[in-house]
Amino acid sequence: MAKTLKEMEKAKEKANLVTIYLDGKEAKVPEGITILEACRMEGFHVPTLCYMEGLSSWGGCRICVVEVEGQPNLVASCVTPVREGMKIRLSSRAVREARKTNLELLLSNHPLDCQLCDRNGSCELQELAYEFGVREIRFGGERKTYAVDMSSPSVKRDANRCILCGRCVRTCREVQSVCAIDFANRGFDTFISPSLGLPLGESVCINCGQCILACPTGALSEVSHVEMVWDAIEDPGKFVVLQTAPAVRVSIGEPFGLPAGTVTTGKMVAAFRRLGFDRVFDTNFTADLTIIEEGHEFIGRVKKGGKLPLITSCSPGWIKFMEHFYPELMENVSTCKSPQQMFGAIAKTYYAQKMGIDPKDMVVVSIMPCTAKKFECQRDEMCASGYQDVDFSLTTREAARMLKEKGIRLEEMPEENFDDPLGISTGAAAVFGATGGVMEAALRSVYEISTGKTLEKLDFYQVRGLDGVKEASLEINGMEVNVAVAHGLGNARRLLDQVKAGNSKYHFIEIMACPGGCIGGGGQPIPTNLEIRMKRIAAIYEVDKNLPLRKSHENPAIKKLYEEFLGEPNGEKAHHLLHTHYMPRERI
Amino acid sequence: MEESLYREIEEIIEKYREEETPLLCVLQEVQEKFHYLPRNVLGYIAKKMNVPSSTVYGVATFYSFFETNPVGEYVIRVCKSTPCHVQGAFNVLQALKRELGLKEGETSKDGKFTLEVTSCLGVCGVAPAMMINDVTYGNLNDERVREILALYRR
Ligand code: SF4
Ligand code: SF4
Ligand code: FES
Repeated sequence: MAKTLKEMEKAKEKANLVTIYLDGKEAKVPEGITILEACRMEGFHVPTLCYMEGLSSWGGCRICVVEVEGQPNLVASCVTPVREGMKIRLSSRAVREARKTNLELLLSNHPLDCQLCDRNGSCELQELAYEFGVREIRFGGERKTYAVDMSSPSVKRDANRCILCGRCVRTCREVQSVCAIDFANRGFDTFISPSLGLPLGESVCINCGQCILACPTGALSEVSHVEMVWDAIEDPGKFVVLQTAPAVRVSIGEPFGLPAGTVTTGKMVAAFRRLGFDRVFDTNFTADLTIIEEGHEFIGRVKKGGKLPLITSCSPGWIKFMEHFYPELMENVSTCKSPQQMFGAIAKTYYAQKMGIDPKDMVVVSIMPCTAKKFECQRDEMCASGYQDVDFSLTTREAARMLKEKGIRLEEMPEENFDDPLGISTGAAAVFGATGGVMEAALRSVYEISTGKTLEKLDFYQVRGLDGVKEASLEINGMEVNVAVAHGLGNARRLLDQVKAGNSKYHFIEIMACPGGCIGGGGQPIPTNLEIRMKRIAAIYEVDKNLPLRKSHENPAIKKLYEEFLGEPNGEKAHHLLHTHYMPRERI
Repeated sequence: MEESLYREIEEIIEKYREEETPLLCVLQEVQEKFHYLPRNVLGYIAKKMNVPSSTVYGVATFYSFFETNPVGEYVIRVCKSTPCHVQGAFNVLQALKRELGLKEGETSKDGKFTLEVTSCLGVCGVAPAMMINDVTYGNLNDERVREILALYRR
């Protein structure tokens, strides 16, 4: 498994060191690491394509080749371990020419229509071609002519743009443990195929979109809702309501050149108002609502001896994963809808009534860091209002594209506030965007609601950060409540297998399909890597810290919603609008 | 698929449980039974062996000796690797196409022949070569192709 820089630094402290020479410069590096890792540690740049931090190395593209003195052939630095005394040349003429030739061969059957591609400007192939000085392709050849796979509600696959680097395959297998896709056929006919050669939409794919983030080219992208949203905005007969997810405000600045981790809440609101939405609301409002519903569900299960551990249900990728791979845990999963869906249901009932709008004329659009949300809003169950509760779901990337198309420069926008009342939220909702956030928000409320006391320390540092599985415990009314958090479904399996085996010590578990939680979602700006994930997480906690209210049950708009409309948490009306059910799915 | 077929597959899987590469062995034997590896059979094997079905499909499509589509009674596999290519594999393939009226990957209407190309058969000494089911033929030319086909046409 490719190591992160931090892991390598750690390795350096312990391991035996070997001496190598990088372009003549002596370096002492830990035994067992690859030449590429050594180069990165020592600050030398080596271009790569099929290599990706956090995944196993494959050595397939030969873009990272280097010259090792005494070896007849160039070696792929991402799979070749360092050895004592190795003299390595990183950019000799032979190396440069080989890299360029390999790249040209990749390009020889690649469509050269960058202007028409989603990834124009964020494509690694394009960037390498520029850096390597490729200005003509010396090889003509057969082109691939695959039909674009649009069968999935979330992920579009254009195999014609695929360079067979395998990063999607390894992500799906090693990070998500879903294994929906793999190499099929051989030679020129090789392509990335979903299970059994079926279209992606019929496979076990959970729509997480992590493969999109992994893809260096435009072969994978989201199924776009942009045109539908333009149509809705421009239709005078429609009242178009927007909700923006917690994680979007800390990432949407990136496509506009703002540094990762910039909080852009006010500018983002201003920008979308100018895009033409009739109301700009906040998914954070229903994140608070989710905490109230899920918190009461938890308290109820503890009191009445219901099924534990309770497992969170906000992540639609995780939900589909559970339906395919862990249907036996269905009763453990909270029946709460995700904040996106709660928002749709409330907007088309409560808000529509308040405003005297016929819900059939209302269009609810969401901006999500997520591709699985596109799938979620189309699930048959999600029509509590009598209409599809959320009509369209845009990724952060699509939303940024729409702003650009209309010439709106987010970075130049003034700061504006969300509309009332579905725009009022607390810090507890803000942290939903990061792994551990839902748990932290739930603990803040569950503690205070069940004990009637004030929680002294609101920050649960044990559940924050990027460790794959995190745990904490908290005494509530004399009971030691054990909680755990996992992000990335490969990590989640560790907790789920315990629950399945009946030896889980936890009472409450949060699972997010994407590494880092929503801030690392498959709909986020590209690149999304470890470093950027950390910066976005820091920004999320900054949003929380700066809000006057940091507990969901203190949200005045939520209180009013229960008073005026819903009645009791977990009550009949709440159940009808805010809760859902699941169904087992085949493991194909 | 019939109940009994599922049981047969399970037996095959059981037989190779201890093998180092059970998947290859299982696919091979199941193919012998069914002549090809239909999609639902691959899915069933995946589930029973606890291997992702994308992996099973990848393996079944990687090796040219596995068929994922129905094939004829006789599967002709012409080697297209370099040694055979140099010795005239192209002409052999042309001859076969002409004689059978088939393109690569097609099966004749009477269900008798399927024509395919494959990678090295390991008999480069007698290139150009082909296999018909599990019999290998070398030193091919137009005339040999016609003679050999005649044997199978009877
Ligand atoms: S969307 Fe997620 S589950 Fe589907 S193929 Fe991509 S990585 Fe795998
Ligand atoms: S789809 Fe993208 S990530 Fe997957 S193999 Fe092709 S180029 Fe690589
Ligand atoms: S990056 Fe090393 S071979 Fe592709």
